[in-house]
Amino acid sequence: MQLTSKTVPVAIAGGVAIALALTAGWVRVREPRLNPPVADTLGQGDYVLAATDGTTFTEETLHGATSAVFFGFTHCPEVCPTTLGEIAVWQEALAEDGEALRVFFITVDPERDTQDVLGDYVSWVPGVTGVTGSRAEIDKAIESFRVHAQKVPLEGGGYTMDHSAFVLLFDAEGRLDAPIGYREDPGRAIAKIRELIG
Amino acid sequence: MFRHAIPALALAALACAAHAQTAPTETTPAPTVATLGKLEIAEPFARATLPNQPVAGGYLTITNTGETDDTLVGVSSAAADRMEIHEMAMEGDVMQMRELADGLPIPAGGTVTLAPGGYHVMFMDLAGPLAEGDAVALTLRFAEAGEVSVAMPVLGQTAVSATDGE
Repeated sequence: MQLTSKTVPVAIAGGVAIALALTAGWVRVREPRLNPPVADTLGQGDYVLAATDGTTFTEETLHGATSAVFFGFTHCPEVCPTTLGEIAVWQEALAEDGEALRVFFITVDPERDTQDVLGDYVSWVPGVTGVTGSRAEIDKAIESFRVHAQKVPLEGGGYTMDHSAFVLLFDAEGRLDAPIGYREDPGRAIAKIRELIG
Repeated sequence: MFRHAIPALALAALACAAHAQTAPTETTPAPTVATLGKLEIAEPFARATLPNQPVAGGYLTITNTGETDDTLVGVSSAAADRMEIHEMAMEGDVMQMRELADGLPIPAGGTVTLAPGGYHVMFMDLAGPLAEGDAVALTLRFAEAGEVSVAMPVLGQTAVSATDGE
């Protein structure tokens, strides 16, 4: 085949397509076999944080009982109060069966959310413990749980945070079971938790 | 008999309006609480705050019955040191908050709804907690129409519309 101005772009396009196919094959097929599933490692890391009940929060904390983890902050006008309100509804339903869920509210804004501030903030929902720490340790936890959190400056000064709005459910072995989406139907959310508590 | 039936129907209509969130607002006009020129303000509400929650969202509906576009450019209240106009959006599972620095356009003939999950006026550095049953006085400033005061009732912490809990 002769290389002309017409065949060169076609050849390049073909090459790119093959490279893309190989990459896709690697990402979808080969890589998962080399790396353990996300659910097995999510939440694991060497972060050391302070819980508002006076205990230390580490990856070990997720072991021993079913738990739920939410990343939020107190300067949050809507998503965090709404989610805490929904968690209160779940706890109410679970309490009818004599069950309860351990919930950890990890701040993405440790600069403003001290242990005292956070402790009062979560105090009204049964079973919820606030978790804070140094910026560096919180960042480690954000990475370990693969959540998104980003400071967004406000024009009039100060800042707000963009952040992942799901609740992550972990089984008693500290393994990710399922996420509960923001404003997910309470019946579905409670069913997920009941199934996990068994 | 009819005297009793009419309020019952009105309540039923309100209940429908509260639940049919996807229905266009034009079909169920909300009661106007304040009017400024051709602008009608309806269904204001805020939610009770949690302990130590220093910010809060305020929600309302603005209808522009005129033939000129307007823009909500500012909000103020004695309840907060500072107020801003924000838009919340979910990008996948991530909640994003953006300040509308140029204000919120209220097009001629249009209705703009500030509701949970979308546009809201944001109370920042609250002077104190917002308690259910209270009302906060709010001044809305528009580029064309000027200023108007609105009493914004504080509803329960999980309210999603102005008629929740009625």
